[in-house]
Amino acid sequence: MTPTLSELTVGQDIGSLTIDVTRTDLVKYAGASGDFNPIHWNEAFATSVGLPGVIAHGMFTMGSAVQLVSDWAGDPAAVVDFQTRFTKPVPVSDTTGTAEAGAVIEVSGAVGAIDADKGTARVDLTVTCAGQKVLVKAQAVVRLA
Amino acid sequence: MTINPDLQGRSYPAKEVYDVGREKIREFARAVKATHPAHFELDAAKALGHGDLVAPPTFAIIVAQRADAQLIEDPDSGIDFSRVVHADQRFIHHRPIVAGDRLVAELHVDGVRAMGGGAMITTRSEIFALTADGAAAGEVDDAAREAVATATSSILVRGEGQ
Repeated sequence: MTPTLSELTVGQDIGSLTIDVTRTDLVKYAGASGDFNPIHWNEAFATSVGLPGVIAHGMFTMGSAVQLVSDWAGDPAAVVDFQTRFTKPVPVSDTTGTAEAGAVIEVSGAVGAIDADKGTARVDLTVTCAGQKVLVKAQAVVRLA
Repeated sequence: MTINPDLQGRSYPAKEVYDVGREKIREFARAVKATHPAHFELDAAKALGHGDLVAPPTFAIIVAQRADAQLIEDPDSGIDFSRVVHADQRFIHHRPIVAGDRLVAELHVDGVRAMGGGAMITTRSEIFALTADGAAAGEVDDAAREAVATATSSILVRGEGQ
């Protein structure tokens, strides 16, 4: 069921999402977004610039995490404002040829604020990988009936 | 090379038009593992009152990063792309992006702040949809375009040894 503003309470849990990430996913995101920075697909390049290895695009993490909000709101266009800070990289290990994920991102969300005049609610996302917060101040403002 | 402090306040006018296609929306949605039917099925999008397939909430990054490229590739900016780290990102949607939109972006450099040997640069892309068929980017007045989204990003350009 689509949530309605009058029935929401601050602190309410909107659910959670687990995102398995592989190197193939990063190549797909590079192609779809046009961001071909080699730190997202070339191990040798990534380590040469001081990274632990290939890391996910910050925008991949941001873009996939918001699906929790799109699905909860019932319409992706309900997300009228979405912001985050990128704090920690998401290293994605090479699991090519196996069924294993190279990284696992955990997303959960809760209602952080309600603005009845504007008809919006703010959802605060908690986004972690291997127990560390990878996004900070990840907030999506959603317009609801 | 150091970051040019005169970048602050600089603007780059809208250049090329980005035509939003249905298959691009589907491709981008799959790439961020979105499954909402409004990204994939016309009937589902129309049932929610949209004119065509709806782009995911971060789709505007495609247009914003093309606009950012004008600054990063400007030889006068002093930015080494291999030292760029994305620090934060925000999208404010004035209306949803849907397939069939013809988008242009104006880039504004809102902040340049020295940090260690590097710099934090904040840019803002004002993204518009052209409302008149065949209107060329950069030559349209406000009557022929509609505000669609504002994308703000900060990038950290690491200095030597950072």
